[in-house]
Amino acid sequence: MDFLAILTNALRGALGPEAAIYALAAVGLNVHFGYTGLLNFGQVGFMLVGAYGTAISVLSFELPLGVGVLVGIACAVVLALILGIPTLRLRGDYLAIATIAAAEVLRYLYRSEWAEPLTGGVFGLKQFADGFFELNPFTGALDLGPFDFSARALWLMVVAWSAALLAAGFVGLLVHSPWGRVLRSVREDELAARSLGKNVFAYKMQSLVLGGVFGAIAGSLLAVNSQSLNPDSFMPIITFYLWTIMILGGASRVMGPILGSVVFWFLLTFLDSFLRQAIGAGLIPSSVLAPSDIGAVRFAAVGLGLMLLMIFRPAGLIGNQKELRLDVR
Amino acid sequence: MTPRLLAVLTALFLGVFLGPAAAAVASGHPAGMHGGPTLSSVAQDSEESLQGTLRGPDREAVSGVTVTVTQDGAEVGSTTTGDDGRWTVPVPGPGAYTVTLDTSGLPEGVAPRTVGGDVLDEVVVRPGASQGVIFQLGEGEPDDGTGGGGSFDWGRAAQLLVEGIKFGAIIAITAVGLSLVFGTTKLINFAHGEFVTIGAVAAFFLSTSPGNLPLVLAAVLAMVVAAVVSGGFEVAMWRPLRNRGTGLIQMFIVAIGLALLLRHVVLIVFGSRRRQYDEYTLQQAWDLGLFRITPRDLTITLLSFAIMLAVALMLQRTQIGKAMRAVNDNSDLARASGIDVERVILVVWILGGALAGLGGVFFGLTQAVYPEMGFALLLLMFAAVILGGLGSAYGAMIGALVIGVVSQMSTLWFPASLQYMWALLAMIIVLLVRPQGILGRRERVG
Repeated sequence: MDFLAILTNALRGALGPEAAIYALAAVGLNVHFGYTGLLNFGQVGFMLVGAYGTAISVLSFELPLGVGVLVGIACAVVLALILGIPTLRLRGDYLAIATIAAAEVLRYLYRSEWAEPLTGGVFGLKQFADGFFELNPFTGALDLGPFDFSARALWLMVVAWSAALLAAGFVGLLVHSPWGRVLRSVREDELAARSLGKNVFAYKMQSLVLGGVFGAIAGSLLAVNSQSLNPDSFMPIITFYLWTIMILGGASRVMGPILGSVVFWFLLTFLDSFLRQAIGAGLIPSSVLAPSDIGAVRFAAVGLGLMLLMIFRPAGLIGNQKELRLDVR
Repeated sequence: MTPRLLAVLTALFLGVFLGPAAAAVASGHPAGMHGGPTLSSVAQDSEESLQGTLRGPDREAVSGVTVTVTQDGAEVGSTTTGDDGRWTVPVPGPGAYTVTLDTSGLPEGVAPRTVGGDVLDEVVVRPGASQGVIFQLGEGEPDDGTGGGGSFDWGRAAQLLVEGIKFGAIIAITAVGLSLVFGTTKLINFAHGEFVTIGAVAAFFLSTSPGNLPLVLAAVLAMVVAAVVSGGFEVAMWRPLRNRGTGLIQMFIVAIGLALLLRHVVLIVFGSRRRQYDEYTLQQAWDLGLFRITPRDLTITLLSFAIMLAVALMLQRTQIGKAMRAVNDNSDLARASGIDVERVILVVWILGGALAGLGGVFFGLTQAVYPEMGFALLLLMFAAVILGGLGSAYGAMIGALVIGVVSQMSTLWFPASLQYMWALLAMIIVLLVRPQGILGRRERVG
């Protein structure tokens, strides 16, 4: 067992581009749930339209990548409006089911043969982000002892972490503005906000759009990161990851999702790496756990973690217990 | 009351299940009304078989296509591909066979990728082996023989309607539990789909190698397993959480975590492969004029309706059923009038778990057993429950039938890969025009 290798793997996971991208999407979710109390279980749908909006603009309409990201954002705004109109007037639990269903509807639609000319159907899309990597200012890999990041990963990390931190900062400014106070009052007591003459529906819609836009940018970055897209990489499980990240860090805290994502990916890669080493060294007999089961163990661990967090520490690492006495009615 | 209720359900289950199924078995499994000359000639305990999964160019399963196996020009057996595209033809022994695909049954626009690709010669089956056969399908010219232009295919519509009712009935018995749990505890139980999977997987393990129980018995035991798991979580987790005053959103997220945990534990134990039960897999469909249905599917459909009827009778007539409705209406008032609310809730969980487990066995029989099946059904259950009205058991049943029929009938006009999408869209549209659902109580939902 090489603990140093496990630890460096885990740290690389915690700082890598994926952690940054999930942090950004979780910042969006934090706007929805943490500040407005919207139970959005379809954040992955926003990521999907963002990713495909970007890739399709580049591949089918030959637009520059930057314009593609804007198209992705526009798609997310449209999705938020379409989704919000029927569901935002309803109780929170209805919104949860409607959003998860909507995300699945999108996934089915994007992988269907109808959409194949644009989305590539089940085969997906590839090689649309060359424009991004051409801008890479890093020329060589970074090598810090046990750590090494390729120039490609470095460039992505810089962009993704800046995006996540900027988004968190922007949300921080917004929620401390009068607008943010109304948002939180909607979360705390919708009727009270309404009786003070606030248009609750409009505020919820603005929150849904804003959080969705962050989701879309995260989706674009995810697509750029792997240079390939497939509808089946946008499964509902991604949304559950994001929820775990947000709650782990602390919902309704500006830095909650960022911290949550770092810790989440550290633990996840640690577990992965540890199990691989333990199976390799024969500490866990392969009859109990085969290397192919590690993925399943990881999901099961996320599930268990989410349960334990919600039962014993719903405020997460830096959350405020008082801020989260939510109920659906 | 609870043991009696379970006894009634079990008796009903055994009675109805053993009816047509036993008749079918008696006439020689796999049975057919017309004797099934091609199939009955196959030695029953032959180990060798040919099998495969028929998939179209989009990797979607192609169902209802006839596959015929011949040897030296003599027909050995034939079957039609199931909902998941799978087919199996037992063969009398090792040797070389010719496998032919009936291209007239393929959907429009799908054809063998190469000319003559519908006949595979010299497929060798080794002793004791189940030889896989792959037909490579690509996009071809639409079959001009059927003339799919303006005319509406009534035969196919009737067939799909029956399929839809069958599918809807399965969703209904699983969704009843989801709806009753919501009605009594206001918890949206995201882990309900996992009870479906656990039931199906438990029946699979009980009915295959070490135990080798008959599937009917395994299904009853699977109901018990799912009920114990469901009731166990109520006693060990949900009740303490409720007593602690945990918020509903918090519990909802706990349920999501539980669903992830259970699903992936099942995945580790069961593996990710889709598997079939070893009984009732190969049956020849009865031709009932407008549509065809296998004895197995007919049994499943009738049984599901019988269970729905039994649940309705229980809710209306028995004391525990009335107590459930009382708690559903207003749990404080129910408690004040002397109803043991905690006990009612426990019974609801046990009943919901058992029905979900049974639904899992049915779903596994008609499609396949795999760890994601519960989640695939869960979204349809949600759609059914919201369509019918959250908390109303009757609403869930009606909603489920609508969802089943919508998803199957949509394949008349739209690609089969989108069939679940229409079901979910139907739910979103209902939310738009009548958020409380078809039978839901008019209450504040916003």
